[in-house]
Amino acid sequence: MSKRMFSDELDAFINTWAGKPGNLIMVLHKVQEEQGYISREAAEEVSKRLGIPLATIWGVVTFYHFFKLNKPGKYNIQVCLGTACYLKGGDAIIEELGKEIGLEVGGLSEDGLFSLEAVRCVGCCGLAPVMTIGGEVFGKVTKDQVKGILDKFA
Amino acid sequence: MAFKNYILVCGGTGCESSRSDLIYRNLIEEAKAQGVADEVQVIKTGCFGFCEQGPIVKVLPEDSFYVQVKPEDAKEIISEHCIKGRPIVRLEYGHVEKKAYEEVEDIKFYQKQERIVLRNCGSIDPENIDEYIARDGYKALEKALFEMSGDDIINELKIAGLRGRGGAGFPTWMKWNFTKQAEGDVKYVVCNADEGDPGAYMDRSTLEGDPHSVLEAMTICGKAIGAHQGFIYIRAEYPLAIHRLEVAMKQAREYGLLGKDILGSGFDYDIEIRLGAGAFVCGEETALLQSIEGHRGMPQPRPPFPAVKGLWGKPTVINNVETWANIPVIITKGGKWFSQIGTEDSHGTKVFALTGKICNSGLVEVPMGTTLREIVFDIGGGIANGKKFKAVQTGGPSGGVITEENLDTPIDFGSLQRIGSMMGSGGMIVMNEDDCIVDVAKFYLNFTVDESCGKCAPCRIGGKSLYNLLEKITQGKGTQEDVEQMHTIAHAMQKGSLCALGQTAPNPVLSTLRYFPEEYKAHIEDKKCPSGKCKKLIQYQIDPSKCIGCTACARKCPVGAITGEVRKPHTINSQVCIKCGVCKDTCKFSAISVH
Repeated sequence: MSKRMFSDELDAFINTWAGKPGNLIMVLHKVQEEQGYISREAAEEVSKRLGIPLATIWGVVTFYHFFKLNKPGKYNIQVCLGTACYLKGGDAIIEELGKEIGLEVGGLSEDGLFSLEAVRCVGCCGLAPVMTIGGEVFGKVTKDQVKGILDKFA
Repeated sequence: MAFKNYILVCGGTGCESSRSDLIYRNLIEEAKAQGVADEVQVIKTGCFGFCEQGPIVKVLPEDSFYVQVKPEDAKEIISEHCIKGRPIVRLEYGHVEKKAYEEVEDIKFYQKQERIVLRNCGSIDPENIDEYIARDGYKALEKALFEMSGDDIINELKIAGLRGRGGAGFPTWMKWNFTKQAEGDVKYVVCNADEGDPGAYMDRSTLEGDPHSVLEAMTICGKAIGAHQGFIYIRAEYPLAIHRLEVAMKQAREYGLLGKDILGSGFDYDIEIRLGAGAFVCGEETALLQSIEGHRGMPQPRPPFPAVKGLWGKPTVINNVETWANIPVIITKGGKWFSQIGTEDSHGTKVFALTGKICNSGLVEVPMGTTLREIVFDIGGGIANGKKFKAVQTGGPSGGVITEENLDTPIDFGSLQRIGSMMGSGGMIVMNEDDCIVDVAKFYLNFTVDESCGKCAPCRIGGKSLYNLLEKITQGKGTQEDVEQMHTIAHAMQKGSLCALGQTAPNPVLSTLRYFPEEYKAHIEDKKCPSGKCKKLIQYQIDPSKCIGCTACARKCPVGAITGEVRKPHTINSQVCIKCGVCKDTCKFSAISVH
């Protein structure tokens, strides 16, 4: 079961962390890095491997914003709603994404290509408003540019 | 051998997202292609701070400061500047600004700054330990290991008067001293790099630009208090900073500056990275420790303080990135030197992330005691697009707004508190006349409600109630009693919340009520939003004298609220209008206005 669930690299990572105190969050990060989110099955597997009750793991996963419970799109869009981006129209970008590809915050586009997240500050406040797609950062985004940016990925 | 030219390319997150990485690679390629690879050294540095003008490239020894550089400019920088010795005028900041500058120091953005924390950012390659060492790096550690006792180190910090830069301003030497004196053979050192304040990125830039300064400081602390293990708790959202830290730790271990028997002193010390996972409350020290231990990040009642009972129940020192970055310089130059910078109340400098409606967004480091006016108008260049200054928010969701009348307040821990805000970690958000102050308060409350861990009732219930009342006011349903109720709830939250998140969450509401009572009044009594932000309280109108009947707006309106004959003034049906603002954006004749 475990061999099919996780890659060798992830297995090795879990083995090095297995005996260390405070390992849960580090392991969950690695699972999400590989699988894109924390599925119920993955959480059960982590529970077995680390000897931590599933309820505890679920408590941690749901507490932290960074951990996702649903599979993200091929390209995950993050629109920053930190203060600087909010004041400079981050919410207008979200509205525009809604108009362009019918995406709502937390949603996944029908073709599974894009998912949308509103995030708190990606640390590029000098470039506000900011959005990132698949890790690529776009700064000083205006409503008119949204479609063009999406076209690069479609 | 010495190179003829050194080209420094900003490798901070801001500039990298505008493709500075490609500029860096192109410069190396071009230098090779044009046969000057052995005369020109290209270095990727940390943040220069002047993010507004990025990507930034600096060429030495001429000290040419190039702004808004594009990857395709690389060829010209090599051929014109490096080979022919002719600086490229069109890329120079002075040219962009339409002013002449002799030196980088003459640029107004840098003039009033004093860089202690950011001393190496933008000057060294953060992924090369030799460059850090060449600028006196690890000299403080050597001094601490061989010439100073633990008490000497703590005493030096006491003389310096360094106060915690994470926001609360607690004297650093006291934290260290309590931990040193606490009983226990195992002690820990923790670096708080969980920079969650939206609109602040000082710690990120420090770690990206100068990671060794933090490692060195944490090792010095280990020696001072008798700890052998440090942890850096950093946001998972900062991949570049994590990468630079990992590289730095690896190099430090190779050089014998981390690990067993550091520099042959017999002192063992190592550092591990632990990732945060996007919880603002984990910036609170007891919640942070819970998170390192792998739990939900819930704050714990204090006392016991972490200095006595911290990580895994052991005495622990926790300091913020900026505090750490100050320490090597204090040890090298002495506490007395440091204590002469700043004000009576607060010594040294403070780094601010200056953002919002300002001309020069960026990272600035100023001596304590600099006034807000100097930061906003001299360094920041004032408000963008000729708009009017309204307020500046410091301290993020825990702080408050500062208005025109208090702009001449010298910045230090005490004076900011007296005017109803706080130092916070260093976010400084500038607002202009277009920003609705009630909406801003609502934005912050939305944030703290979302980030409340839910453990204690005053924060969990109080925050949500405050948010609901603000929502009511922005919808034009507020009453004067609501304002009184907000004061009552705010008071209860301040007194009854377990941690600083809940205790300070009402600050944005209280400070906006204090400085902008008339704006609340406009929302409550006149049912109007003066800056036109609250959708429920505004109406779009077409000025018949300006409308030429081009029908552009009517065709764009998503709900068909605009009617009228061609070449005759149109009208908006306010019953149907959803206030999306598309018509106003579309109109080329400025005929549509908000009321």
